[in-house]
Amino acid sequence: MHPTELIDRDSLRDDIPDFRPGDTLKVHVRVVEGSRERVQVFQGVVIRRQGAGVSETFTVRKVSFGVGVERTFPVHSPTIAKLEVATFGDVRRAKLYYLRDLHGKAAKIKERRTARS
Amino acid sequence: MPERLDLKGYRDLGPKSSSAPLGNPGRSVGVHTEAPWVHSRREEEKYVAEKAIVGEKIGMTQVWDDQNRAVPVTVLKVAPVRIVQVKTPETDGYSALQVTWGFRRKSSLSRPEQGHYDKAGVEAGKRLVELRVDDVSEYAVGDELTAQRFAAGDRVDAIATSKGKGFAGGMKRHNFKGQGASHGNHRSHRVPGSIGACATPSRVFRGTRMAGRMGGNRVTALNLQVVSSDPERELILVKGAVPGSRGTMVVLRDSVKTAPSVAKGSRVAT
Repeated sequence: MHPTELIDRDSLRDDIPDFRPGDTLKVHVRVVEGSRERVQVFQGVVIRRQGAGVSETFTVRKVSFGVGVERTFPVHSPTIAKLEVATFGDVRRAKLYYLRDLHGKAAKIKERRTARS
Repeated sequence: MPERLDLKGYRDLGPKSSSAPLGNPGRSVGVHTEAPWVHSRREEEKYVAEKAIVGEKIGMTQVWDDQNRAVPVTVLKVAPVRIVQVKTPETDGYSALQVTWGFRRKSSLSRPEQGHYDKAGVEAGKRLVELRVDDVSEYAVGDELTAQRFAAGDRVDAIATSKGKGFAGGMKRHNFKGQGASHGNHRSHRVPGSIGACATPSRVFRGTRMAGRMGGNRVTALNLQVVSSDPERELILVKGAVPGSRGTMVVLRDSVKTAPSVAKGSRVAT
């Protein structure tokens, strides 16, 4: 047990689905505009998941109007309203940085149909 | 007198230099000992600290603040401390609290230690630590202090022994630049470079920064913010890093140098 686990427990979320690099995620982000708060969806491929505990983060990449956009979120961040796994991907890498150099059909990730072992 | 040369600029540093030659009269103007704002604050308000407590560093982690930002925090375990002795200016020449915390087997105590605890009527703890505070009139022997004494928003100083780095070179110890990786450099990438001139003065000045033992010193981290205080779990979270490794004893006192404008807001809250 990590010595600070007692503190971390309060900051951890238990409503985070199981996901890994290659999966397509819908990240519902809370956006505060002045006094109003709304939820924005950021959908893309998880290209990285790193760290552990409260400081664990993941990066979602999407191509928006021909421009690659990547956003990194802490997994347990309170700014995430909801996390949805749209599709499960079948990839052979833990870090999918090679997607940055690909576009169009080449950047497509094979979908995994079988259940995860 | 070979000391003459280098003493010129350093006359005001300590009592040793009082015998220095008069030298350049313009130099002697700089007799100020402290920044003026520190001075004025100390005169009227406080001298060392209003309150202090001792804890143990558990480690670092992060918490979310009210705006959902990650705040790096150091977790300190602050077990209730028991006052063993109250030192007053009348009896000891200064004011401080001698405290202990935790517990210790009786068989591991020396008789003088046992006697000291018995006199106070306090159960023997891990260690005796002195906490300097301005006013000890509100404290009595046997009192317990808990993490409750500090609340979220307080500005504190953390005093602890830093991690030992062993024998460290100039780059690590004094942030020297080192030398280039290339351009014909040969085996001199991390060397300190020149340490002085030649036949004059034909010696190395005292205090020249060189390689040597680093770390393991008493270090004070000033003006840290208390993120939260949890007396129930005996924890205090302080924003940012605190000197020392995990398990190090850390003295927390309320900040002595916080600008009054910052300090006031936090004081009111406590």
